[in-house]
Amino acid sequence: MNENVYVPFLSKILNVIPHTPIEYTFRMQYQGEVKPGQFFEVSMPKYGEAPISVSGIGDGFIDLTIRQVGKVTNEIFEHYEGNSLYLRGPYGNGFDVADYEGNEIVIVAGGTGVSPVRGVISYLGEHPQRHKGLTLIAGFKSDDDILFRDDFEKWMTQMNVILTVDKGEPSQHRHVGLVTAFIPQLDMKCISTAKAIVVGPPAMMRFATAALIERGFQEENIWISHERKMCCGLGKCGHCRINDKYVCLDGPVFPYTVGKNLID
Amino acid sequence: MGYCFTKDAMEAIWSEWEKCYDIYTPKCYHGKGRFSDTDCIRYGQVHSIDEVVFDKKAEYSPKEFLLQNAETLFYFTENHIQESEKRQKEALIFLRSCDLHAIKRLDAIYLQQGAADNYYKRLREKAKFVLMGCQKAFDTCFCTDMGTNQSQDYDMSIDYVDGLYFMDCKMAQWDELLNGAAKSIQTVIPTYVTETITHITLPKHIPQSMLQSDFWRQYDGRCIACGRCNFVCPTCSCFTMQDMYYTDNGKAGERRRVWASCMVDGYADVAGGGTYRKKNGERMRYKVLHKIWDFQKRTGYPMCVGCGRCDDICPEYISFSHCINELEKACKEAEVNE
Repeated sequence: MNENVYVPFLSKILNVIPHTPIEYTFRMQYQGEVKPGQFFEVSMPKYGEAPISVSGIGDGFIDLTIRQVGKVTNEIFEHYEGNSLYLRGPYGNGFDVADYEGNEIVIVAGGTGVSPVRGVISYLGEHPQRHKGLTLIAGFKSDDDILFRDDFEKWMTQMNVILTVDKGEPSQHRHVGLVTAFIPQLDMKCISTAKAIVVGPPAMMRFATAALIERGFQEENIWISHERKMCCGLGKCGHCRINDKYVCLDGPVFPYTVGKNLID
Repeated sequence: MGYCFTKDAMEAIWSEWEKCYDIYTPKCYHGKGRFSDTDCIRYGQVHSIDEVVFDKKAEYSPKEFLLQNAETLFYFTENHIQESEKRQKEALIFLRSCDLHAIKRLDAIYLQQGAADNYYKRLREKAKFVLMGCQKAFDTCFCTDMGTNQSQDYDMSIDYVDGLYFMDCKMAQWDELLNGAAKSIQTVIPTYVTETITHITLPKHIPQSMLQSDFWRQYDGRCIACGRCNFVCPTCSCFTMQDMYYTDNGKAGERRRVWASCMVDGYADVAGGGTYRKKNGERMRYKVLHKIWDFQKRTGYPMCVGCGRCDDICPEYISFSHCINELEKACKEAEVNE
């Protein structure tokens, strides 16, 4: 019999990095091909499965940044110590760095939306010869919600980082305002070939893509990534379907030209 | 090869079949209907040809065999996962042409789209299909308009006419038994309907503007989001994962998948409190367009097979076929305006 696609494998938790009281990155033992933007079904028997995107990839491990917002994730936060989690995957198409490299690139990410693009940001940050200018606009609700603080420190030396919070006192280290506020003033050398990636909550993606197009970005140069309920990751359970697309099979990364026509 | 059998002969064949198969057919559950003193016709295991209901439509579809409403995928104890046992005996499933076409749709999702589903596959391999001929369409059927009124993909066929059973058998292993029992050997073509009372016209094109059209608002109030249309549909196949554990031993439990309905609250909930399609009209649009448009874009043929069960079951008397016809008109109008 073929390998059962629903049976998860046990993966050891190698390290846990808390970012905020409810958002931790779990470094999980994993050997195999995986791309940023792909996701795993993470489970704790008794509590169920949840789709979590890969926020980092390294030799023998993957990072999963998990927010404690539901039944499964609550349980993971309570009982992770010294333990393992069940995983199956990776699923989804993920980001293909080749789509963006060689151009000016703008990445707009909101909240946990930074997780799926973290791998892309780090790769481009470490390979400056692969792009002609890199801007990261990352927005969080408040100072307490900022994820990947260590990464941001490094990224600030590698690229133009606009770190912003929706609400907060003015500060030297970050801006105050929605991510969309910083799009009109983007200084671009060649707007017609510049590429953009937008990941975040649905409303943020809608307004950010509109602002990018207003700024002069070509629709075909924009990519977005969707988040939906997914029970299988295999194109069967139906929960993530939007029109004729399954977020788990055809996405979660979609070219904007496809994504803009998807109506929930 | 085609045969004609008397009832006695059919009974003898039945007992031979039962040695090899569990036999599932539409059967009558007396007093179990949705209204008092009414019966429910639905699928169940039967042990005699007498139990098979030929003259009424099964309210629920034969998908129940391949996709059970709650199916255990595996059991878990502390650090061990044990896959659920697979069915040993083959199954003979009696179904009509529309439902046989529906199996093709289920195959497309469960075997061809993405990785093959182990649980579906292992049941599918055990299933043999007996096509039940349709002499007359029921009130809400519109199979002729969906091109599902006739099917060749059966293992055997059966027609019940004036006390005699007519069968076509494509399974060589039964030739000897059937030859010996037959009243006569003749060419048998399973009956199929060419006329239906209900008709639909599929929209040729669905303009993007129809996705957010006010057309769907009429269902906001009428639909009560009960999901019955999904549960009776032979092609609806969504599920939700569910972990449960045994209360006497909190360390052991099982992971199941259970039927899910895109019409029911919670279907599109995401962690953190977000959801999509809060309005029932939006859910109606999501379902209807999947059946006649979105699935087709992936496979080349519509998902709906025209069995009419959703119309029969709706407690609010919402008609899917009426919706399609109105949608077709609205699409034409929208296209003119675009």
